[in-house]
Amino acid sequence: MVTKPRKTSRAKSKPSPVADFSKQEDFSAYREMLLIRRFEEKAGQLYGMGHIGGFCHLYIGQEAVVVGMQAAIDEGDQLITSYRDHGHMLACGMDAKGVMAELTGRENGYSGGKGGSMHMFSREKNFFGGHGIVGAQVSLGTGLAFANNYRGNDRLSVTYFGDGASNQGQVYESFNMAELWKLPVIYVIENNRYAMGTAVKRSSALTDFSKRGSSFNIPGVQVDGMDVRAVKAAGDEAAAFCRAGKGPIILEMQTYRYRGHSMSDPAKYRSKDEVQKMRAEHDPIEQVKQRLISKKWADEAELKSIDKDIRSLVSEAAEFAMNDKLPDAGELYTDILR
Amino acid sequence: MPIEILMPALSPTMEEGNLAKWLVNEGDKVAAGDVIAEIETDKATMEVEAADEGTVAKLVVAEGSEGVKVNALIALLAEDGEDAGAFASYEPSTIVATTNVVDGSDNAIVEETVESDVSQKVEKIEIGGDSFSGEVETEIPAGTKMIALSVREALRDAMAEEMRIDEDVFIMGEEVAEYQGAYKITQGLLEEFSARRVIDTPITEHGFAGIGVGAAMAGLKPIVEFMTFNFAMQAMDQIINSAAKTLYMSGGQMGAPIVFRGANGAAARVAAQHSQCYAAWFSHIPGLKVIAPYDACDAKGLLKAAIRDPNPIIFLENEILYGRTFNVPDIEDFVLPIGKARIHKTGKDATIVSFSIGMTYAIEAAERLEKEDIDCEIIDLRTIRPLDMETILTSVRKTGRLVCVEEGFPQSSVGSHIASQVMQQAFDWLDAPVITICGKDVPMPYAANLEKLALPNVDEVVEAVKSVSYR
Repeated sequence: MVTKPRKTSRAKSKPSPVADFSKQEDFSAYREMLLIRRFEEKAGQLYGMGHIGGFCHLYIGQEAVVVGMQAAIDEGDQLITSYRDHGHMLACGMDAKGVMAELTGRENGYSGGKGGSMHMFSREKNFFGGHGIVGAQVSLGTGLAFANNYRGNDRLSVTYFGDGASNQGQVYESFNMAELWKLPVIYVIENNRYAMGTAVKRSSALTDFSKRGSSFNIPGVQVDGMDVRAVKAAGDEAAAFCRAGKGPIILEMQTYRYRGHSMSDPAKYRSKDEVQKMRAEHDPIEQVKQRLISKKWADEAELKSIDKDIRSLVSEAAEFAMNDKLPDAGELYTDILR
Repeated sequence: MPIEILMPALSPTMEEGNLAKWLVNEGDKVAAGDVIAEIETDKATMEVEAADEGTVAKLVVAEGSEGVKVNALIALLAEDGEDAGAFASYEPSTIVATTNVVDGSDNAIVEETVESDVSQKVEKIEIGGDSFSGEVETEIPAGTKMIALSVREALRDAMAEEMRIDEDVFIMGEEVAEYQGAYKITQGLLEEFSARRVIDTPITEHGFAGIGVGAAMAGLKPIVEFMTFNFAMQAMDQIINSAAKTLYMSGGQMGAPIVFRGANGAAARVAAQHSQCYAAWFSHIPGLKVIAPYDACDAKGLLKAAIRDPNPIIFLENEILYGRTFNVPDIEDFVLPIGKARIHKTGKDATIVSFSIGMTYAIEAAERLEKEDIDCEIIDLRTIRPLDMETILTSVRKTGRLVCVEEGFPQSSVGSHIASQVMQQAFDWLDAPVITICGKDVPMPYAANLEKLALPNVDEVVEAVKSVSYR
């Protein structure tokens, strides 16, 4: 006798399939992820040399998440994230020079030097920041989706937050209203396994973050966030879901941050072996590289030359950011009110 | 003796209501729990149930009566064995309310009889008269037709007018739509603008404040109603860190054109967690504008200005003032400037600076002082941030004496900031140290006598003005 499986919840936790990438898609993903990687490495260096101050949170290891999502959404869709935001800005097309100049606190930085690493925005690219209070961007991103819904346009909001923010109260307040009002928002939970230094299993009662919307009937999917093709496939489905007017959806991106929480984090809470294993076996960029080579879409020399181009682009950005002027003292009192 | 049925209080601040309808006739038998009448307040229509069983002996207040005071005798109930007919000529010991009807004429002076110790002065706004300064006259042209409006109606009209003009304006908050507003400020808006633009939220201030700010960053112009500002504490991070700071952090690229509005300050007998003035808190923050109007005219003109303003605005209303009626100019599109204080009354001997409900103490104190030959100038700040120091300094340079009045706590109060500014900018004009009258430095108690002690009072203001006048 065959019994039909009973559907108990819209939430599902099985991994989504990977998208079949064309040569061009793999090349784009490789370039975009490598840009983020090299940019972040450079930012780390500049921080060490004292050119970047304050807090600086690097995205190294997590590149496939934002690059895959960008490939899945359309121009005009909005992005918002936390303070670990450099990768998101580069992925949505913001200029590396402007981002780096903001890191060094200079006048041609995206915020004129007033925001720094954690606070950059671009109206033009629909990038809404860059927010420093853990979880606050979730309500704000839901508000962006509210505006889309109010205007009746076809846009959606991609709202990124981490496993740490997933325990904040306002996240659930936002989930409730997003589902209640069927707002077009993709909640991308970047589960990099550590909320600052606290491992997921030490901070979260329910470690399957794709199920965090189940009390609100928001569907969720766990995604291999180290594989850009899996991210793209999940992003495509989620975008179609939102654009069909079905309301919010959660994508739990299982990813990993190679560096510390911020530059001042010695990362004593995890073993070097753990980090090494992730790098060796799951690196998002290495995966694409191996694919490009095994499919004979590129050879080592060609990929090296791409890397070289990116390195020089990043060096130029760093050069620009260190030589750009400090903001004029008169800027202290501008942009407080309109 | 018959059982006296008295006009019930249906909310903490209700002082009177209308007896809309009797559901029983004289001679009817009623049981405890039977609905016997419908009462209308300015906020809602409520049913009155009999608390005892008996026979309706006399309906003392006729249906349709307006302005029936709380605790006025409205009916008599004969107990078992009593002759219901015998009480036909029963004389109540309590006072039966009189009816105050706004006559609707252009210069109607609206009477409000309120039984609290908070000033219940009749507001007389006569254009061209002494009550208005020259500055205000420029805001309202002489000869303008005035209409009597409650603060509540003025706020509602302001929102409705702006929503008619601008499709991007919407209101969200708890009970703003189907309930018609917890304090009835949004009455009728749902019917006119539909559920798309008048949005009931769940009780999640942190979340919906953030959603409002996000929508504002995307270019909409939300009005977020906090049922009272006490609940805005839940949303403080979104107001301060997201709404107020984003314009600066983004180097001017994006800000949040949003109005957070609702009842602020002490209401009546609602204790510590529901009775607090947040004017000083919000006024601390660069990137916010903070408005706290006293009368209906300013409430309307400033709320319209706030909705149009591209910055995040904190608009502090006062529950006790909601029902007060004032004259409002009958001008299409009446908008007032944010950041300009209003000289409520000119005077030469001492300056009293206040805002919101603090004005009630200031006005009554000034009237009493007038009789003792002290001529006070009263400044209504209207906007707390940006603060109109120029108007205050000009007045202080004239009178040489300053008393600040507010209901908020004393430490780091609005008054203490003004006092420090006046000391720094007009020290040589001061004839006496500035006195700040505030609420007492205690959480608001519930007991009526203690609550009264915790709030400022007219005597304190009178004493302070005499003290700075060395009288």
